[in-house]
Amino acid sequence: MPVQAMAREMRSCSAAVRTDWAGVLCNRARPGRGEDPAVGVVERDGSSSAHGPRRRACLGHIALQTVGIRQFICDPREVLNTYFLVATILLPSVQRKRAPSMSVKSLRQTVQGLLPSLTPVRFVAEDGTPVAKPPAGYREPSVEALRDAYRRMVLGRRFDTQATALTKQGRLAVYPSSRGQEACQIGAVLALRPDDWLFPTYRDSVALVTRGIDPVEVLTLLRGDWHCGYDPAATRVAPQCTPLATQVLHATGMAEAQRRKGEDGVAMALIGDGATSEGDFHEALNFAAVLRAPVVFFVQNNKYAISVPLARQTAAPALAYKGIGYGVRSEQVDGNDLVAVLSVLTDAVAHARAGHGPVLVEAHTYRMDAHTNADDATRYRDAEEVERWGAADPLSRLEAHLRARGALTDADAATAQQEAEALAADLRTRMNADTTADPMELFDHVYAEPTPQLLEQRAQLADELAETALTQED
Amino acid sequence: MAETKATTATTAAKAAKVTMAQALNTALRDALREDDRVLVFGEDVGPLGGVFRITDGLTRDFGEERCFDTPLAEAGIVGLAVGMAMGGFRPVVEMQFDAFAYPAFEQIASHVAKLRNRTRGRLTLPMVIRIPYAGGIGGVEHHCDSSEAYYAHTPGLKVVTPATAEDAYWLLRDAIADPDPVVFLEPKKLYWSREDTDLERRGALPFGRAAVRREGRDATVVAYGPSVPVALAAAEAAATEGIELEVVDLRTIVPFDDETVTASVRRTGRCLVVQEAQGFAGVGAEIAARVQERCFHSLAAPVLRVAGFDIPYPPPKLEHAHLPGVDRILDAVDRLQFGDEPDIRHLLKGAVA
Repeated sequence: MPVQAMAREMRSCSAAVRTDWAGVLCNRARPGRGEDPAVGVVERDGSSSAHGPRRRACLGHIALQTVGIRQFICDPREVLNTYFLVATILLPSVQRKRAPSMSVKSLRQTVQGLLPSLTPVRFVAEDGTPVAKPPAGYREPSVEALRDAYRRMVLGRRFDTQATALTKQGRLAVYPSSRGQEACQIGAVLALRPDDWLFPTYRDSVALVTRGIDPVEVLTLLRGDWHCGYDPAATRVAPQCTPLATQVLHATGMAEAQRRKGEDGVAMALIGDGATSEGDFHEALNFAAVLRAPVVFFVQNNKYAISVPLARQTAAPALAYKGIGYGVRSEQVDGNDLVAVLSVLTDAVAHARAGHGPVLVEAHTYRMDAHTNADDATRYRDAEEVERWGAADPLSRLEAHLRARGALTDADAATAQQEAEALAADLRTRMNADTTADPMELFDHVYAEPTPQLLEQRAQLADELAETALTQED
Repeated sequence: MAETKATTATTAAKAAKVTMAQALNTALRDALREDDRVLVFGEDVGPLGGVFRITDGLTRDFGEERCFDTPLAEAGIVGLAVGMAMGGFRPVVEMQFDAFAYPAFEQIASHVAKLRNRTRGRLTLPMVIRIPYAGGIGGVEHHCDSSEAYYAHTPGLKVVTPATAEDAYWLLRDAIADPDPVVFLEPKKLYWSREDTDLERRGALPFGRAAVRREGRDATVVAYGPSVPVALAAAEAAATEGIELEVVDLRTIVPFDDETVTASVRRTGRCLVVQEAQGFAGVGAEIAARVQERCFHSLAAPVLRVAGFDIPYPPPKLEHAHLPGVDRILDAVDRLQFGDEPDIRHLLKGAVA
């Protein structure tokens, strides 16, 4: 039997046998994975440095016996040959671990496979016209997907300007705007399935609204009612993270958890350019690569970490180059071109979902507003720069693009605008209603059961509040 | 295969004296066997079995999917565990040494401790962070810190430190089963201490209760982790001088068992708190404050602390001078005013103010 045919047979053998085979190899099968579980288990097993070629040959032998292919294992030379070929055909990842013996050619291919495009991937120029040469290897999203994205960008921008306005009315403690980053915010969410996980930061409120979370719940944190207003388990959106890059590790852990459970969910972590200097970012890339966790790291490089410009943050040619040191496939994209962002992120998510490991994507964009309403951006950047980026606005670019393709009419644009105004009006109304946070809740979520000390303190606070109430009555 | 080996280990434990290290290993085995969601990972915990061999044989017997080595980065280990716990697993991670856990402190303080609170209980983190801690083994710098106060000061964490092999087993099982994150501090110097115990029958008190390790009428000595055997030795020595010390082993620093401590001090009227860690702003200070708040009218003397000095952990040849020993405890016992003699050491300080 030719080895290729044997390999096919092994791949097509019943799941039960493959599971059994996987069990023999690694004590523990991982049923339910999208890919061949046997190969997957071997990948994990092969990642142990203790396994030399001899051990691999044994694995091949066990595999052959388990699926009942014994007839040709008689000639010692053929047996050896078979082992070797099984190892190379069925266990590609085991072979890949043998980096020292990698040929220069395959090494070059590996490196080039990890490196980002030399310039950011772009489908649509600033004036809305398609670029002369479409980027190779990426598929343009469907017109329907782009029309949907346009509508969501209009809503997202309106939400963002309304939230900034609410800070001026004292309804929000603070709001970090993402105006100008809508292609990233909307593109990230649209690239995910509802059962994928999103790990956002404080600047990603527009992404949360796009994900379908009630805008009032999105703003609960900044309104000051509680730290997180939505249900992260139900929405599969982690609480917005303030300590920079710390949630990137959680995304990696969640992705690894999904992989181990045999689910094909992906996790996406959103971070900014400043956060790529944090240690947790690097640890997350490294862990994800070693574990081959299905996670996408999406960096919105908006050029400033509060006031510190990118040049003070890194000397790398682009942040996307930070992937290669960890063996993480990387890409950079024009972050104000929704078509490109959606295309590149869809590809990255598919790569991760297929079990090929993590992807790092850097989007070049710009934070049009200050860090927050409390920040004064004129102290560290000039108006000319802001104006220049204003001309690269992602929303007007997509609109021009769709209109030029005849995919967006005046009526469509007006409908989206009306919907956005309705969202803003509803948000204003609901945010202008006073809320009362319950002080007794302070003790409810520290532990599953309050400690005796917390119960004492709870009683103390209840007394204090009762006294205050009495004093106010007097 | 896994079951047979684990059962053998337990049976062997029944027949022989058990070290704390064996008890911890057995606890991890039993947890791995009983709950598929339990995972063990960290630095060198795989084929090597951990630098203290606490995870010895786990990868061999349960497979790399259940017990595995990670890259060398503590924040990464704890951050990964957070995500995996959010995803339905029950990670038990090892920080190799006390002082090497500090890179993970942001993850512990900002995320591990707070996720339940931030999300109003919608996301919880049933995970355990095992940390070999404290000194007494001649370790060089950065290997002997008593870091319990950092964790005990962080709301949302439970902080556990066993002093016996039996407690090591049961408290670790409790910690793994707990719905909240637990920092599990293992006194390195007690890893090899042996005792007769049957790990298949629970003799240990419930999680959150302190244990009276020795009864005595004259004074209460409150200790935890590595200081418990020292306190017991001091009680033995004091008994020869006619003073009966009651020794309370906290077992869990958080939750803190005020009830047991208070009841003991009310009975004895005197209290000493012993800790290996530097004394200033330490767990012992908290205990002393709680005791005087709750037992003031029962006290015949100030609550005294016996602690390490307020210095960075000393080099191996000098740790004997730093660690609280039997003598330092007995000296403190002498100052508990048994003869109604006031402790005049501090009288001059502040006298002119």
